[in-house]
Amino acid sequence: MALYIGKRMAFLVVMLFGLLIVTFLISHVAPGDPASLAAGPDAPPEMVERIRHEYGLDRPLPVQLGIYVAGILHGDLGQSVRTGHSVLQDLSEFFPATFELVTVSMLIAIILGIPLGMLSAVKQNSWFDHAARIVSVSGVAVPMFWLGLMLQLAFALDLGWLPLGGRLGIMSTPPDPVTHLYLIDSLLAGQWDVFGDALSHLILPAVALCFPALASIIRVNRAEMIEALGQDYITNARAQGISSFRTVAIYALKNAFLPTLAMIGLRYGWMLGGTILVESVFDWPGIGLYATQSAIAQDFQPIMGVTLLIGANFMIANLLVDLAYIWLDPRTREAA
Amino acid sequence: MNTASPEVTDTGRPTESWRERHASSIRQMRLYWHTYRRNASAMVGLVLVVIFLLLSLISPWIVPYPADATGAVHMADKLLPPSAAHWFGTDEVGNDILTRLLIGTRLSLEIAVIITGVAAIIGVPLGILAGFSGGWTREIIMRVTDVFLSVPALVLAIAIVAALGIGIVNAIVALSLVWWPGYVRLVESKTLSLKGEAYVDAARLAGASTARILFSHILPNCLSPILVKASMDMGMAILAAASLGFIGLGAQPPTPEWGAMISIGRNYLPTWWWYATFPGLAIYLTVLGFNLMGDGLRDVFDPKSRGR
Repeated sequence: MALYIGKRMAFLVVMLFGLLIVTFLISHVAPGDPASLAAGPDAPPEMVERIRHEYGLDRPLPVQLGIYVAGILHGDLGQSVRTGHSVLQDLSEFFPATFELVTVSMLIAIILGIPLGMLSAVKQNSWFDHAARIVSVSGVAVPMFWLGLMLQLAFALDLGWLPLGGRLGIMSTPPDPVTHLYLIDSLLAGQWDVFGDALSHLILPAVALCFPALASIIRVNRAEMIEALGQDYITNARAQGISSFRTVAIYALKNAFLPTLAMIGLRYGWMLGGTILVESVFDWPGIGLYATQSAIAQDFQPIMGVTLLIGANFMIANLLVDLAYIWLDPRTREAA
Repeated sequence: MNTASPEVTDTGRPTESWRERHASSIRQMRLYWHTYRRNASAMVGLVLVVIFLLLSLISPWIVPYPADATGAVHMADKLLPPSAAHWFGTDEVGNDILTRLLIGTRLSLEIAVIITGVAAIIGVPLGILAGFSGGWTREIIMRVTDVFLSVPALVLAIAIVAALGIGIVNAIVALSLVWWPGYVRLVESKTLSLKGEAYVDAARLAGASTARILFSHILPNCLSPILVKASMDMGMAILAAASLGFIGLGAQPPTPEWGAMISIGRNYLPTWWWYATFPGLAIYLTVLGFNLMGDGLRDVFDPKSRGR
């Protein structure tokens, strides 16, 4: 088991290195000249040359890659020209907001998706099943940013029930940073009003973000439940007079859950991509908004940083899912 | 499901008509259509896709205000609500939103075809090569594919757009460059499973060259999953390009691209709600159509997946 985890960690490092090379090549093979961009439009040629030299842009590509990797190993992801901070500093400021949003959104998708998938499997081809299918087909087709705007239009602008955007209202001060997640920090500090404010700001973006994941969870869980419900042990359980709730929600769900779990891991990574759109709709101060603003300013180091961070998160999520698989399923436990 | 290849029934006699020579393929197609037609949601998808394709072909001739797609300005008509003259209302320079949406269908179709096409052209040969050759070639291709799949396509596309510069052409280039890994994975696993089939061994024993085995035995049997994926990807590519347009990295106004329209329209919420609402509906219905069609095709080609 320890050997397996060790192997997977080593693989993760190799994959991250691969991702680093890809983003590095994108930034250096592209025709744009980062030195003249950094110097500004009216900079004299000597200044562009000086910046080129300072940033090491006049060296051969492999040398530049070596310098970049050495920097990363020392925790240096470069500088953001736009914010004037180091990329690491920016990422550690913005990432908790994204993490909080994605986690809450995934929780919503799981809490709604598993029962919906389960019920539509039990009531296959009923009106409920068809309704759940419409949700799951639409969930991947609807543009997330547009859904966010429509939610804003309905619940913030029209009804006024929920705030329009941001992480906290202007009346609230952020709780003392412990985890940098407002929901948890406000609870730790016992500030219920801040907790409520943070939660109300989270609802709309989290709902807008959850739909593709919700759709996939319903779909996979329904298919796996239908398969599990057709097995002999379910017939056996029913014949023994075990309550149908127990049969469905415990015996069948246990077996249907593993593929659903794999889908959750996969969707978590895609959600990190989706936050780019949702954060831009809701002015959510996370790494997605940071990436968008950096891309518009053609500030490349932050984008490389965000890409690596999202890649690392995705890989760790998948590793955790695989470990949970091994833990939950005795068959894979022996294989590992 | 193995599609009977035309050679089986082809006796080579030139006197037979085309219909006779392809009788088994025609029968297969009829069976496919019969299965597809009974699937209500697949038919909804087909209808949506056909409407979209028709509009993208004829829209320049049927739009009520053709000049409005190319940056005309009628300040007297700005931000009018939906009415008989302007079904979907007008935007901030008085352009008819319906006109701009309809003209936008063609751009969306181009986006979908280019991105999906380039992805398949890069991904399918790589997938066949990886699955068929094995060894180091496979190892290298699949690990590079894994790296590309380790971040959402949109994130890498944003990085490429940031490097190349903002605009619809660069957005299409960026999305095409990040879309292929899915095809490599799909075709590689299919090729691996086909490689062990008896008819491939038989062809090899009969002296068929590698190229012949790949093109006449492996590739045709990979076509149905590729077709299913391509159908879904047409919608997903439109969605991705609209997403880039929305965050300001894709098409720039006054290009009538749906995502870019929403990006401007959001500033006019809630009073002028129609501006951002209708382009979003257009994206939703188009993507929904391609997804439902892809689902239906999968049910037809792979009966085991039916109802999933």
